[in-house]
Amino acid sequence: MAIFDYAPAPESSAIVDIRPSYGLFIGGEFVDGDSDSGRFKTVNPATEEPLAEIVDASPGDVDRAVAAARHAYDRVWSRMPGKDRAKYLFRIARLIQERSRELAVLESIDNGKPIRESRDVDIPLVAAHFFYYAGWADKLRYAGFGDDPRPIGVAGQVIPWNFPMLMLAWKIAPALAAGNTVVLKPAETTPLTALAFADICQQADLPPGVVNIVTGAGDTGRAVVEHADVDKVAFTGSTEVGRAIAKAVAGTRKRITLELGGKAANIVFEDAAIDQAVEGIVNGIFFNQGHVCCAGSRLLVQESVADELLDSLRRRMTRLRLGDPLDKNTDIGAINSAVQLARIRELSEVGAREGAEPWSPPCDLPARGFWFAPTIYTGVSQAHRIAREEIFGPVLAVLTFRTPAEAVEKANNTPYGLSAGVWTEKGSRILAIADRLRAGVVWANTFNKFDPASPFGGYKESGYGREGGRHGLEAYLAH
Amino acid sequence: MVYDLYVHAHKVPVATPVRGSATPAVAAAQPYKIVTAARVDSAFMSAIAIQPGQTSANGRAARGNDLFDVARSEATLRTFLHGLPGVDAVGADARAAMLATRSIKTTAKAFAIDLAIRMIDLTTLEGADTPGKVRALCAKGRQPDAGLDTGSPCPPVAAICIYPSLVPVAVAELAGSGIHVASVATAFPSGQAPLDVKIADTKAAVADGADEIDMVINRGAFLAGRYLDVYEEIVAVKTACGPAHLKVILETGELATYDNVRRASWLAMLAGGDFIKTSTGKVTPAATLPVTLIMLEAVRDFEAATGHLVGVKPAGGIRTTKDAVRYLVTVNETCGERWLDPAYFRFGASSLLNDLLMQRQKLATGAYAGPDYVTLD
Repeated sequence: MAIFDYAPAPESSAIVDIRPSYGLFIGGEFVDGDSDSGRFKTVNPATEEPLAEIVDASPGDVDRAVAAARHAYDRVWSRMPGKDRAKYLFRIARLIQERSRELAVLESIDNGKPIRESRDVDIPLVAAHFFYYAGWADKLRYAGFGDDPRPIGVAGQVIPWNFPMLMLAWKIAPALAAGNTVVLKPAETTPLTALAFADICQQADLPPGVVNIVTGAGDTGRAVVEHADVDKVAFTGSTEVGRAIAKAVAGTRKRITLELGGKAANIVFEDAAIDQAVEGIVNGIFFNQGHVCCAGSRLLVQESVADELLDSLRRRMTRLRLGDPLDKNTDIGAINSAVQLARIRELSEVGAREGAEPWSPPCDLPARGFWFAPTIYTGVSQAHRIAREEIFGPVLAVLTFRTPAEAVEKANNTPYGLSAGVWTEKGSRILAIADRLRAGVVWANTFNKFDPASPFGGYKESGYGREGGRHGLEAYLAH
Repeated sequence: MVYDLYVHAHKVPVATPVRGSATPAVAAAQPYKIVTAARVDSAFMSAIAIQPGQTSANGRAARGNDLFDVARSEATLRTFLHGLPGVDAVGADARAAMLATRSIKTTAKAFAIDLAIRMIDLTTLEGADTPGKVRALCAKGRQPDAGLDTGSPCPPVAAICIYPSLVPVAVAELAGSGIHVASVATAFPSGQAPLDVKIADTKAAVADGADEIDMVINRGAFLAGRYLDVYEEIVAVKTACGPAHLKVILETGELATYDNVRRASWLAMLAGGDFIKTSTGKVTPAATLPVTLIMLEAVRDFEAATGHLVGVKPAGGIRTTKDAVRYLVTVNETCGERWLDPAYFRFGASSLLNDLLMQRQKLATGAYAGPDYVTLD
């Protein structure tokens, strides 16, 4: 036993009030699903205990939601002056801040992510996004999209389970600021914060129908994006589903933005600040259990410092604390679902079978729930599946390079292009390398840093369109 | 050639965790070939030949490691120090801020409070210090919780830290207590005095019975890039210390950059310092968590490279239990538990002790007695 053993420091879950069952949020009210709808349970991935019963919305439910959004768009929201829309968005942002502890706990319970991350990263960024886009609502003519940019109409939005409330904010805040109304479908494993957001919309007196939340799985999502009265589709999720959505939308009037998978290279040069690079690698791949589309899942390290860096990385990994997501000292929480855990296990086993060498720190996994120890694979080559496929878990593939040109070549040798990291103390090298990386976001001497003012999006099969910043408004404006 | 030197000079081996074991294995004190790894031509090597008398009677020989040869000349020392990996200030601050979010409760907090008390160098360094003041401080150090109901016996502090002229008073007061007498020396706090004055200052304190000497480095020489001057001064003071432990105050508030903090840390360790200490307490900013983090990384890497454990002492500005616990968490997660010991980590503080006592009582009894119940000395 360690002499300085941190006693359990759980955040109280008394602050959240999870109802036994939830309806759909349509036209400003919680309503039941129709007779074609089903019900399913959302579970706490850290304990496998069911949390609440959720509606699996039918196409008829989606139809009602789109009709409510259309009505609100035509009668209220598209006609409302920007400064008045801003008031609602500012109000929502403040309510998110006021209820931030409740939202953070709820997010950790439903998603499995550590409370430290939901408290310090997710929810503050959610509030920041609403504040940021609230500021744009009455200044759209200065955004660079013409003198009188107009909203598009009803946006159908489908979001993933890795950052449930943050992805909701990325979708809803710019859409509303630009004057659109939305029908949003949260992921089936993480609907609770979206439903809490519906409550916030009521609290903020947001006009009915401006925001509609329909819960469900893949079929519900399909009904949203294929609905004839949806003008704009926004999706964040896997490349596979993104492809299907792009096909479904092809040949229609609908506008579309996709934010899909990634296999980001985190490139460490020999002159990097080693201790901080190690922190960046850890943050790049183990943040949110690696359930991050822009995760730094491929470490490219210059051969001349590889041994030293990997020794430091292993030592640092022995300090990672895996366990109860609600414990304030937890660094690595639960894998979001049994399905995702199975996929991580499968790809991880392939890595070992293909000859890469796995390493994990000594780590006790809880008996119940979905868990995967942080793992690095060394001896990985570009030909290995773990270097090519998105694992979406706490698994890092380590590759080496000899020259800057080789680093760039390997980093770009992927069908994805969402993000990349460059670690060097040499400013000129940062600029030269960033210029040649085919990735939507390049972080220099940091990783997984987000800001509402900064656009985010991918190259190649990581999707198209940008979210965040001034650029993020373009997807929601006709000009 | 310069490029090669830079590359190899920062290849400091670090502890390698053994698979399946919870703690990193201690790297053996392996022969370290810092300069020979670089392709330095022989003409250059002979040009930096060791000066007679320069290397004798210092900590290097005793430590028996090739790494210490980097101090053979200004050129090799500079090359080594500038070849250390840089510190990214934003990243270092972020790491320290993350460590500060650790939530230390109940049993862990009780452990941390008692450990922090045992690590305090209870300090008074005022022009107005008198024998009476020092006697009061010594009494406080021996029995910090006098008159306070704290449930269990409160440990004494690690040392009393005072000016050299008051060392005899403290030595007499603390005889048999196990509490060390630490004396600042070397023209503290500025260090702006001739070397022989600094040496005399040190020798006098040791002769009067000081167990530990807190010296200041020559920041002027360091900032001017005269690293060898700084090094030799530390070596000379270490020699003057004899059996007394040497704490080397870097005065990080005047070094300004984290890169400088890392270089000064290595410089002080190479010269034989037993402890590296952040500050005199007379300069703002004094100790900060990121600066202490960087110094902890330095002692960790130094141990991996040489096998020698060097201590760290943040001093100045640490006033609350919450702060002290954050430092202990940083020690724990940077260096590991071998440094969670008064032999290798100290707090230079005065008001911190009373806050620790009040928190200690709160943990034991569930209530604060209020500041009037802890003694002010």
